[in-house]
Formats: sequence, structure tokens, C-alpha cells
Amino acid sequence: MEFVVRTWSAGARLGSMQLAAGVQMETPTLLLLTRKGLPAFIPPDLLQNLHPDARACQVSPLHFLDSPSASIVETAGGLHKFVSMTGFGMVALARDSLMDESNGEASSKLGAAFETTSGRRVVGPAKYMEIVNACKPDLWVSLPDEVPTWAAEKRNRLSVDRTLQWLDHCLSLQPAERGNRCLGVVVGSASLDERIRSAEQTATRNVVGFSLGGFGLGEDASQRALQMDAVIAKLPKEKLRHTSGLGLPEEVLQAVEAGVDVFDSIYPFMLTKGGYAMTFPLNMENSPGNLDTQPSASELAYIGSDSAKMNLRSVAYRLDKSPLVVGCKCYTCQRHTRAYIHHLINTHEMLSQTLLEIHNTYHYLEFFKAIRDAIKADKFLAFRNWFTSTRKETRVHSPASKSPTLVLH
Amino acid sequence: MLGISPSMALRFEVLARHNRARASRLTLPHYEALTPLFMPVGTQGTIKGLTNDQLEDLDCQIILGNTYHLALRPGADLLDTIGGLHKFMNWPRALLTDSGGFQMVSLLHLADITEEGVTFQSPVDGKPMLLTPEDSIQIQNKIGADIIMALDDVVKTTTTGPRVEEAMYRTLRWIDRCIAAHSRPHEQNLFGIVQGGLDPQLRDICLEGLVARNLPGYAIGGLAGGEGKDAFWRVVAQCTAGLPEDKPRYVMGIGFPLDIVVCTALGADMYDCVYPTRTARFGSALVSEGVLRLTHAAMATDYRPLDSSCTCMVCKRYTRAYLHTLVTKEAMGSQLVSYHNISHMMQLSRNLHSSILEGRFPEFVQSFLQKQFPKGDVPDWVCNAMDVAGIDISMCRIPQSA
Repeated sequence: MEFVVRTWSAGARLGSMQLAAGVQMETPTLLLLTRKGLPAFIPPDLLQNLHPDARACQVSPLHFLDSPSASIVETAGGLHKFVSMTGFGMVALARDSLMDESNGEASSKLGAAFETTSGRRVVGPAKYMEIVNACKPDLWVSLPDEVPTWAAEKRNRLSVDRTLQWLDHCLSLQPAERGNRCLGVVVGSASLDERIRSAEQTATRNVVGFSLGGFGLGEDASQRALQMDAVIAKLPKEKLRHTSGLGLPEEVLQAVEAGVDVFDSIYPFMLTKGGYAMTFPLNMENSPGNLDTQPSASELAYIGSDSAKMNLRSVAYRLDKSPLVVGCKCYTCQRHTRAYIHHLINTHEMLSQTLLEIHNTYHYLEFFKAIRDAIKADKFLAFRNWFTSTRKETRVHSPASKSPTLVLH
Repeated sequence: MLGISPSMALRFEVLARHNRARASRLTLPHYEALTPLFMPVGTQGTIKGLTNDQLEDLDCQIILGNTYHLALRPGADLLDTIGGLHKFMNWPRALLTDSGGFQMVSLLHLADITEEGVTFQSPVDGKPMLLTPEDSIQIQNKIGADIIMALDDVVKTTTTGPRVEEAMYRTLRWIDRCIAAHSRPHEQNLFGIVQGGLDPQLRDICLEGLVARNLPGYAIGGLAGGEGKDAFWRVVAQCTAGLPEDKPRYVMGIGFPLDIVVCTALGADMYDCVYPTRTARFGSALVSEGVLRLTHAAMATDYRPLDSSCTCMVCKRYTRAYLHTLVTKEAMGSQLVSYHNISHMMQLSRNLHSSILEGRFPEFVQSFLQKQFPKGDVPDWVCNAMDVAGIDISMCRIPQSA
């Protein structure tokens, strides 16, 4: 893996990452969500031409505990071959955001506890690396002991210690002949001191980059910004930084400003499952205020849509012959109408999910491209300020968490 | 009153024959199709999980939509406003809609069939719905498919007694009402459906009556409902013999490859069934040897493709071992196996057409049966049917060496 930082705009940086032969990507960028190695609803023939930047995926080793098992993937010649994703980058990371987020309660010195489709499983470094080595991903994130923001001080300290031990253990199990592909996880939850300790210690290990763990687990947006800045200040500037668990575009923007390069997110998938199309404007020319034909915020709210997403279950779209987003060049928008997709959702047809996941992924990748364009033009802060100003009317609230999160019905 | 159907919006040219079997070109308003062909069923305006591009890649030529479901959602008037189902789906090739009548049989405990039409309960809100022949045709006119089906009085094949005769005569009376109600005869082809249960005399009467109406095409209905295979093939044989040579013949509800091969040998051209896509969602793949149950434990370590002779995207990329982990658990499993199963059916269609066209139909049938029955245990009904079709399959009854 090769990573080079090319330019900066404020705290945001533009990089060039080569994950594998033929997989060259500019950062900041997105890893697509997968289940057992493939996107949820997008088969490979449609994935090939989804978007020029749809070139890498995250994959969770937790999907390879039973069916398929590690040995089956190994016999098949590794994950790329097994799931026919040769030519794509695959980044293994433990966190499976589609299931319940780990709260670390059931974790122990034996391993981290995860909820899977076959119940709670405790996975330690040896088991984790058995799966990682069988899969042969282009990059892998070490196994963390993640805890949420409300974890007690003692538990948090333990999670930092354990995460470091597990990093060392995982590194010792990395086969030399594949080269170094490890991203070390930095944890520390709500404690700035622990975050700094974790970052400083992890930075001494022989890793090619870092994964900022423990985010998207109920922390405040302002807390997160502080923690990220504290962590990144202790990490070597030339190495790659990744994070999981952030979804909303403003969360991505905040992390990009802190200096994060690679993201994986369930945001496009969750919109898809909810019957939403991603619609937030991507550049200042197309922003809502400039287009006379855009419905008002209250009109949108009435049908469950807002400036960021369109609620296609609403009968308001029954006869709407427009594409999801006017001017969008994705596969779905080039071929189908809101009316048709509304009908597919209404009749619980599988095709609705394929078409929506394609559009939502495309739109999200365009967002990352807009970020990179802003950095290249040294206008990142202006872009960020403009974007957050368009989001004032977004219906974002969640009773459970303190931070703005997605409303999911 | 005997209506003569002015509906003719197709051209049907038989390109080659082998005894009763035909390879033909069926030119429809939206597409030029080659028969014999299988038509996948896209009940609600979509083939489950597959995009139009994928369906075109798979060489699907005609797709079915179900009038009953489409009239409920999104609704016939909406489709009319949008400009028809083709535009709504953005499907550039041909469409066929059924009459909505089959649901009569499925929902029979709630249905009341009279001379006027059929009442049944809406599954959406429980309100009573009445479907008359006029209603069915009007709805199908709004949907705009290339081929539309007459509303027939269809009874279960296991029904006996006077109800069968009543249904057959009513079907003949209803065809006249369908013809009269059809407002787009130059854009949509109204097919009549031969009924009569398993009774040859009733079938004959129905055949005569429908043929006299000079319809653009005919379907053989009332089968695929639990009748024995021996009765099934005889009805098909009788109907194909009684239908005009120069018009397409459609056996409704047939989807097992073996049944399609037999019906083709007997002179049928078109088939539809939910089977290939439905069985995919339950984890079964259609292969040359028969059906592969991917949920079986042995599949977990089987690193072969689904079918070694299949060239579809799924067989080029994936093993049974991987698909085993997906089926019944992930939506992707349904999509990939559906993709392969449709590919299998369209490959079968191409094989039937080209083998008849190129004068090697018997060889194709023999090879097909040998793969399906390597132990030589070809069922009697198939042998009897092939006798009538004039195809020698005696070598297929000899067990193949391993």
C-alpha cells in the first residue's frame, strides 16, 4: 500500500492511495459497505461502472466466522477471488455497523464481543487474524476493544491497554510475505488523556496507517472534534488515517477537516433500507436557494423528505416522472423515475433497493469528490461553511443520542 | 354474436419445423422475438431484483406483467397517465399481460363467478372487486402490453363435473365481450385461451370456437394446476393439433425445462412461469442435470460453478460454495441465483429455436434428456409424448456410463 499527501486546505488534506495493483484512489474517499464481501444490493456487473471512485470496499471478518468460514475462503484462494472482486480494494475491519454497535460490556481478555446473525461472538486476535490472513485483504484494521462515551474511566483505560496488546498480537500474526498492511486502531473514548495515550503508543508500532476508533458511538459532535484533533496531533502526518461509524455528511466534513483520509459508512445503506434517496446539493450552483422549482422546506417536511433526502414512500411521488436527482448521472437516474421507484418500494420489490443503493452510493461518492475538488482549490472551509448552511432545515433528531443522527423509520 | 377479431398487431413466421415443433419469428410492436421462448414473470412491473439492462443481457424478449396486481398498484389509470407500462418500467422490449383471471383460481374461496364476471376481495383493503371481461380488457388497454389475454373462466384441472363444461362455454361467450371491448387492436394482440379441463370433447369445442374468432394468437390454459403429467401432455398435444399453424401458441404457467422441451416437441411456442425466479429465492439453481439445492451442506465446500456449461455472469464469477453462504440469507443471493436461472431458461429458449432451425432438434432433445436422466429413467409420460411428437428417444432410456 502506498499513500502520499499531495496538498492541504485548512486541516483537510488531499492524498493519493494505492491499495493494490490497478486500485489507485484519491483521498478523502469512501469504502463501500459489504456483506460477505459484496455490496448489499449491487451485483458485480452493476458495480463495475457504478462510479469512477467506486473502487474499494470495507469487509468485516465477522461475516466469515461460520458461513463461509476462514478455511473455505482460504481454499478458494482468498477473498478477492472468492467473491469475484479482483480489481477492487478490500479493507478488513472488525466493526459491523449493520448489527448493534458494540458497547464493550461482553468483551474480555479473550476477545471483543460482537453481535452477529448467529448471536454474540467473542473474537480474539488469533481468530481475527486467522480470518484476515485467509481473506488476504489489501489493508486490515487491527482488532480493537471499543467502548462508548459513557464507559467508566477504568474500563476505558483497560480498552486502551487491550487494544494495544491486541494490535501487537495481530501484527505478530501478519505473514511477512504479504508485506505490512496494518492500520492500528486508536481508542480512548471520551477521555482526552486516554485518547492521547492510545495515539502516542499506537504511533510507535510498525503500522502503515491508523484507524480512529470509538466514533459514531453516541458522542457529541463537539466532543468528537476535540478527540479527533487530540489524536491526530499525535499521529505521523505522512501515514493514512481511517475512521468508521460516521455517516451524515457534516460528520464527514468535520473529520476531513481534522485530517481523516478514508471513511466507511452505513449512511447510503440505511437511506436505501428506509426508502430514501440521497439528495443534498453537492455544489453551490445547485443549492436549494438558487433553484426556483425546489419545494420549500415545509413542503418537503410534510412528506417526510428534507433537503438531504427524499422519502420515496410518500404518495407525493406517485406520478413524478423526474429522476431521483435532476442532473444526476448515476445508473438509476439515467433510466428510472421517482414514480417507478415509489411503486417498487410500495410493493416491496427488491429492485427498489438495488436502484436506490446505486443512486445513494453514487451521490455519496460525488460528495467525496466535491470535498476533494474543494481541497484542490484550497476552498475547503468555504465548501464546509456553505454545506452546513444548507443543512439548517434538515430533520435530524434522535431521542437516544446526544448528537445529531439520522432519523430512521 | 360471433365476433371476428380485428386485433392483429403481430407477424408470425415459421422459419423451420421438425414434425410438430417450430422455430419462428414473432414480430410484436415493441420487439422482434424468436420462438420457442420462455417469458419471465414480472408480476408488479419488475422481475424480482433484476434490472432491465440485466434482463436485456440475458436476452429476455417478452416479460409478463400481472393485470390483477398492476391494477391494484400502481393502478391502471396511473399507468395510462404515465403512458403505459413500457414507459413506467422503461422496458424497451415486449410485454404480455394476463387477464387477472388466474387469481380467480387462487382466491376461489373468496370469489364468486357469474356470467357478469368475477368478484373477489381486494387483498389491500378487503373491498369487493368485480372483474368483468370488459374491465380486464380496458385495464390491459391502459397497461399497453404487446400481447393481452382474454378473461377466461378457468377452473382447477382437478375439477370434475358440469362446472368444467360451464366454464368452457362461458370462456367462449367472454371472448366475444373481450373482442368488443378491445380498443387498441392495432397496437395490442388479444390472445384467446383454450379451456375445457381434461375433457377432449370440451377442448375440441373450445378450440373450434376460438379458432373461428380469428385471433392473432392462442394460449392453452387451465393446465399447470396439479393434473397428472400424462393428462397434461395429451391436452397440449390435442390443442396444438387443433390450433392454426400460422399463429403463436402459448402454454400458460409452464416453467420446468422438461415440460418446455416436451411442449415444444408437440408444437407450442411460448411459455411463462414464476418457477425459475421463485425457486432461486429459495436457494435452488437450475442446471443441465436438473435442480441444484444450494442450501445443502455439501455445497459449502463445492468450488465448482453452478453449471459448467453455463456462460452467465454468475457462473463465470462464483462458486457453489459462495452462493451457498448467500442464499436465503442475503438479498444478493436471490439476485445472483435469479440471474443464473433466467439465463438458464433463455439459453434453453435459444437452444430450442436454433436446434429446430438448424435441423438438429432430435439430437438436442436426446442430449437434454440424457443430462436430466443419466440413469436412463425417462418418465413414461415423456416417452409417450415424444412418440406422438415423432422424436426417437430410445437411446435416452439406456443408462449413461459415469
